[in-house]
Amino acid sequence: MASSIAQLAQDLRARKISAAELAQAALARAGARSELNAFITLDEATALVAAQRADAALATANAPALAGIPFAHKDIFCTNGIRTTCASRMLENFVPPYDAGVVERLRDVHAVSIGKTNMDEFAMGSSNENSHFGAVKNPWDATRVPGGSSGGSAAAVAAGIVPFATGTDTGGSVRQPAAFCGITGLKPTYGRVSRWGMIAYASSLDCAGVLARSAQDCMYALSAMAGHDPRDATSVARGLDNYDAALSSKLSNMKIGVAREYFGAGVDAGVAAAVRDALAQYERLGATLVDISLPNAHLAIPAYYVIAPAEASSNLARYDGVRYGHRCADPQTLEDLYTRSRGEGFGAEVRRRILVGTYALSAGYYDAYYLRAQRARRVIANDFSEAFKQVDLIAGPTAPTVAFKLGEKTADPLAMYAADVNTVAVNLAGLPAISIPAGFSDGLPVGLQLIAPAFAEGPLLAAAHQFQLATDWHTRSPGA
Amino acid sequence: MSWQPVIGLEIHAQLSTASKLFSGASTAYGAEPNTQAALLDVAMPGTLPVPNRAVLDKAIAFGLAVDATIARQSVFARKNYFYPDLPKGYQISQYELPIVADGKLAVRLDDGRTLEVEIQRAHLEEDAGKSLHDAFHAATGLDFNRAGVPLLEIVSAPVLHSAQDAVAYLRTVHTLVRWLGVCDGNMAEGSFRCDANVSVRPAGETKLGTRTEIKNVNSFRFVEKAIEYEIERQVRALENGETIVQETRLYDAAAHRTFTMRSKEDADDYRYFPDPDLPPLVVTDVDIDAVRAALPELPDARRRRYVEALGLPEADATQLCADRATADYFEVAMSALGGDAKTCANWVLGELAAALNAANLVVEQSRVSAPALARLLARVREGAISGKIAKDVFAAMWAGEGDADAIIERRGLTQISDTGALAAAVDAVVAEFPAQLADYRAGNEKLLQFFVGQAMKRLRGQGNPQQLNALLRERLKI
Repeated sequence: MASSIAQLAQDLRARKISAAELAQAALARAGARSELNAFITLDEATALVAAQRADAALATANAPALAGIPFAHKDIFCTNGIRTTCASRMLENFVPPYDAGVVERLRDVHAVSIGKTNMDEFAMGSSNENSHFGAVKNPWDATRVPGGSSGGSAAAVAAGIVPFATGTDTGGSVRQPAAFCGITGLKPTYGRVSRWGMIAYASSLDCAGVLARSAQDCMYALSAMAGHDPRDATSVARGLDNYDAALSSKLSNMKIGVAREYFGAGVDAGVAAAVRDALAQYERLGATLVDISLPNAHLAIPAYYVIAPAEASSNLARYDGVRYGHRCADPQTLEDLYTRSRGEGFGAEVRRRILVGTYALSAGYYDAYYLRAQRARRVIANDFSEAFKQVDLIAGPTAPTVAFKLGEKTADPLAMYAADVNTVAVNLAGLPAISIPAGFSDGLPVGLQLIAPAFAEGPLLAAAHQFQLATDWHTRSPGA
Repeated sequence: MSWQPVIGLEIHAQLSTASKLFSGASTAYGAEPNTQAALLDVAMPGTLPVPNRAVLDKAIAFGLAVDATIARQSVFARKNYFYPDLPKGYQISQYELPIVADGKLAVRLDDGRTLEVEIQRAHLEEDAGKSLHDAFHAATGLDFNRAGVPLLEIVSAPVLHSAQDAVAYLRTVHTLVRWLGVCDGNMAEGSFRCDANVSVRPAGETKLGTRTEIKNVNSFRFVEKAIEYEIERQVRALENGETIVQETRLYDAAAHRTFTMRSKEDADDYRYFPDPDLPPLVVTDVDIDAVRAALPELPDARRRRYVEALGLPEADATQLCADRATADYFEVAMSALGGDAKTCANWVLGELAAALNAANLVVEQSRVSAPALARLLARVREGAISGKIAKDVFAAMWAGEGDADAIIERRGLTQISDTGALAAAVDAVVAEFPAQLADYRAGNEKLLQFFVGQAMKRLRGQGNPQQLNALLRERLKI
């Protein structure tokens, strides 16, 4: 489905196509591309009911922009009556009794969810290889990873199954798969989108986001997803900007900071070249490039890989085999119930992060790890604040490489973690950022990351949109 | 060697709110298991806690009442441990930055001493659920109705030196939290519970000995007995050359002993860290001022006023101020009567307390209202009935026979103050008992009461005792 959301919305209103037909077509494409393993659950029955409702809404005036648009949810958002697995054996048969805030909001605007996408287990991973339901393949090259953790959402959008999909971004899990799959991925400001019903990995970093083929499509999804939710104490009570109107802002007075740390030793030459070309395009569009420094950028990976596992070790304590989720057969004692249910239910990476996080919070180590990581977090956030006194946006490569081979890094967790170098700092600072297609290296997509000050989603989307009006990288799609 | 016990208490007072600390579920006691458990209370994946602001005023009121510092920003932390009744695998509590810190409470002891007990902190936390070990065969049931109920944990410094002092402190806190309306104090329902940290050290030693913690003792009497037992056990152990193991112990009331629940070696490392789901809890000066303005006169201030302004004996004032409802009853009765504090106090602490006790009621449930009692006492003061008759009238009021005037009227109890009738009775008894009269006149003045009694008998108990006394005294002199 190569059409933009705007085009589909127009076709729906012109009765060229119905929401039901769009949903059926999306389901059919999902079936045809099952080798990608992008979905954990496809739910045709629910989708068709939602599509009928969307068609009814479209028959009235003032139907919302997303009415009748098919999409997919990352399988981390709780869906009432539809199993929600977090790609874990632990939740293989878990059917939530309620809907996440994001799920409610997208249903309220009559967007039509066709199913739940594959992901790294509990959103822990950068390659989508840590899934109980198997790895997802990159639509550009089936031997490569789609990135993670929202790899299923990225592959589904890149393969044209759906025009957009929800994702979550704790350390780059929307932006990095968007970059690897040649699509646009938006991570909003922390607190802008409700976390209610979004299964927690690292609560202070987790952020719902969107993967789509353009900044404009991201804008439509964000406009529906964002807003205050009193059920989430970290949700911000602040009015929504008109993101649609913001898109048309020109770049003439915009200053874009180019952080030298984002072009460090680990960045592939082909990736750096594509990103530099994209930045040159920004100059042609009237933006001014400013060399800046984020001197504490090197602290981001170590800080992230303490804070996120620490929070995860506590967030995942509830999976104990007692009330829901995987329970081991025939437990002999309480200890046995816990040990085996958790040992069997969680995959290797999840177990690793729980252990790391437990260690980091333990008496005697808390100051050296958790508190130091929190101090690092503050100086990282401060780097951004200082930089935003000079510039409107900060740019760099989203990921240091293009999509790597399936299995290439699975034996080396540290190499895998290092791939998050340019994305995690943004989560530590709670800022909005977007990854947009910026060219190719070795025939594989390269992503440009733009980072904005808190709640500046409007200018961020505008900068991405203006670039996409002048370029066609985002319209390239892999052959089936 | 002589030993000094050192005791500190951790009191868990359930804050009386309609809904839980972080979910909208009801806190009402006694519902069917798991009917008051919201998604959060069973830790459904994806659920999030949102603080119930109603707990704030209650915590602030307690803090102000114990002269503590109220934190403008307090922080919820996660206390991590695995247990089936702890659905999230962590308890949300406050650790490094509690809402209330550095308070103190004056505790009046039975022997007249006043102890000033330092309250180190009082922090907000959620309660756990309940394991039902006996409800099912070969399985444990779980009830999450209690999970998430708001508690204020009040932590004293280790400054108490006997089981009696510890219980006096516990009672003072119990009075205070009920007085403030922040906790219903119901120990049977678990709304007010206590853990005791106990150690002993040689007299004169300043270093603390190794302590043990006695968990969840749920009556004043058992707290006292458990601490007493624990002190004796520790002294005995130390005198036998043993060492005390730092551990958590439980009290077995039936056997009157404490026993090991878990020792420090297998105690959890709780891995406290600030809860990332909850921003710091902000309290403004406006919040604090509003609570301060609404704060009732505190028990100690009221007790002092009863002694100093109303002239009541210390003992009466202390007893009246043991709970706010009793003190309020007393004040309503006294103001309706228009003074006469001592009479009101006698009646509230005497007849009323006895009647409540016998009927197993609290003062709020009294069958005789304070204004009704005042009307009865007014009849006594006017001389319409005697104090003795008034007790019968009170009993009739308690039995629901109507108000004082109606009962006095119906039963014809009005006191005889008519001098003629009284004099006739006096004449009659003087004539009837010549021997006693002679005896009296020979100097046995104790016989006055005999004559009063005989005259009162003739008057069927309705004679005005003061008048009768005076008349007899006069008449017997001749």
